[in-house]
Amino acid sequence: MTAQLVFKRPRYLKKTVFHYCPGCGHSIIHRLVAEVIEELGIGEITIGVPPAGCAVLAYDYFDVDMGEAPHGRGPAVATGIKRMLPDRIVFSYQGDGDIAAIGTAETIHAANRGENITVIFVNNSCYGMTGGQMAPTTVVGQESTTTPGGRDIKRDGAPIDLSEMLALARGSVYIERTSVNSIKNIVKTKKALTKAFKIQMSGLGFSLVEILSPCPTNWKLSPLDSCKWIDETITQTFPLKVIKDETIKTEL
Amino acid sequence: MNDKVLMRGTHIIGETAVRSGCRFYAGYPITPQNELTEYMAGAIAKLKDGTFIQAESEIAAVNMVIGASMAGARAMTSSSSPGISLKQEGISFLAAQELPAVIVNSMRGGPGLGNIAPTQGDYFQATRGGGHGDYRCIVLAPAYSQELADITRRAFEYADRFTTPVMILIDGMMGQMMEPVVFPEPIDPRELPPKSWVLDGAKGRPSRIIKSLILDVVKEEEHNWKLYRKYENIKKEIQEAETYLTEDAKLVVIAYGTAARIAKGAIKRVRDIGLKVGLLRPLSLWPFPRRILDDTSRFVKEFLVYEMNTGQMVEDVELALKRSSEIHFYGRPGGIVSTPDEIAKVITSLYYRRHLEED
Ligand code: SF4
Repeated sequence: MTAQLVFKRPRYLKKTVFHYCPGCGHSIIHRLVAEVIEELGIGEITIGVPPAGCAVLAYDYFDVDMGEAPHGRGPAVATGIKRMLPDRIVFSYQGDGDIAAIGTAETIHAANRGENITVIFVNNSCYGMTGGQMAPTTVVGQESTTTPGGRDIKRDGAPIDLSEMLALARGSVYIERTSVNSIKNIVKTKKALTKAFKIQMSGLGFSLVEILSPCPTNWKLSPLDSCKWIDETITQTFPLKVIKDETIKTEL
Repeated sequence: MNDKVLMRGTHIIGETAVRSGCRFYAGYPITPQNELTEYMAGAIAKLKDGTFIQAESEIAAVNMVIGASMAGARAMTSSSSPGISLKQEGISFLAAQELPAVIVNSMRGGPGLGNIAPTQGDYFQATRGGGHGDYRCIVLAPAYSQELADITRRAFEYADRFTTPVMILIDGMMGQMMEPVVFPEPIDPRELPPKSWVLDGAKGRPSRIIKSLILDVVKEEEHNWKLYRKYENIKKEIQEAETYLTEDAKLVVIAYGTAARIAKGAIKRVRDIGLKVGLLRPLSLWPFPRRILDDTSRFVKEFLVYEMNTGQMVEDVELALKRSSEIHFYGRPGGIVSTPDEIAKVITSLYYRRHLEED
């Protein structure tokens, strides 16, 4: 009996050890994105735009061309790249603070212009790298270092439904919210990412996958409890669903 | 195509940019420079390989330029003072990531919203980096229409050659003025030398990274020294100034841009009554043309710095001349454009203090 290789490093992940904390969703999401790039055969024409935040080092992991954007400006940088190289595949990888606070304007307008790019929006409901401050997506009642006693709507405002807002943008084609907190959801996330990239490959316009992602370190929960907490708490505010899909009429 | 044409300043910059292979422009409306944005919209619409974007903000515009530059394009944005403040984050990234780009600042009255009149209040911001971190921008200051064209062409060349952002400093008056100009020959961007660092997909080569985050302090130190060495090299290569009637001068006025035009008018007037006064007009504000100042200070010991601000370039003059000469300053901030007569009076009163008897 010969051994069969059933699991290996995706071609477009470098042989570098992730710096992410144990149980962090970024590691899973990186792997999924790399798998999708490989399966779609676009590794040699893809340019990624990493954010500021925990995933700032994404360029050390993805083995495709990567160009760093200032905090929140990913969609603007991606716009510049894509417009000059329309036959390449361009994605930005952004956290919740990056995309839904400091970069809200860049995101909404890129979506509204219908930029033919793919945005990977990792929502872990806190500022991870800076130590767990309130993010625009921190849910009501959630403890963070800047919401003592939990997020209070009166004091801190309500969490922002960025994906729903982007669905209103006329140029957005496909927006889905998924999670990587279970095998089932990981499979769904990969499907969503595949679809998002295919939309770009077909030149249809702006696609975005919001991925609810565990941050055990700042949530002060074990990796397993973090996954549970996504199901029990975060999805109450941010339900997993296809938020917009204009491709129904096409073959995608 | 090399006939003289009459065009306003902003349009000259736009036309030269396109002729210099600029294929990406992003901007945001702000006075006084909208005619440049509008010109780029029209000119790029006529091209098959260009992109014009009216961005949602100054910040987005400069970041789109970052992306276009990463993709290898000659790219430009323009604005006026408050908008340039917003672009500084992106300019710092352009410098750190060593990306070429051209930024036009049509300076207006400030601080704050100020007004839309011509000033030179942004000299410090332009020449000291402007954004965060230890970097410099090449800063070029045209004063005449032909120079707007020549400097715009050079700005793109310097940006590519030194992989660094280049700023062109003008003001609303220069943007509006109409003078004859001969444009440089158009360049097909596909014929420009290939850039070895472009992000266009890792086909048949290792993947590339363009970034500015360097967490290792030793490496970040080395990156800063690398930039420093580049800037030292730029200082050696770029020293641009015009000297006018300095050979026999006893007093030399130092001014750039619109202020230099006014000063020239004043000098013509005082020359008519026999005063030996010349003009030294820096075209490169960073690097500051210290060598040319040095040379001039061998023969001239008295200088008058005239700026449309309360005194910014005068500090560079003081550094360059190391107090070996007497340096006077005259400035009007806030959008006041002095007349040549006013400057002639200032020159005359200074001149007579010292030189009446000798002459
Ligand atoms: S802080 Fe949170 S988001 Fe950042 S690496 Fe750790 S678990 Fe992941």
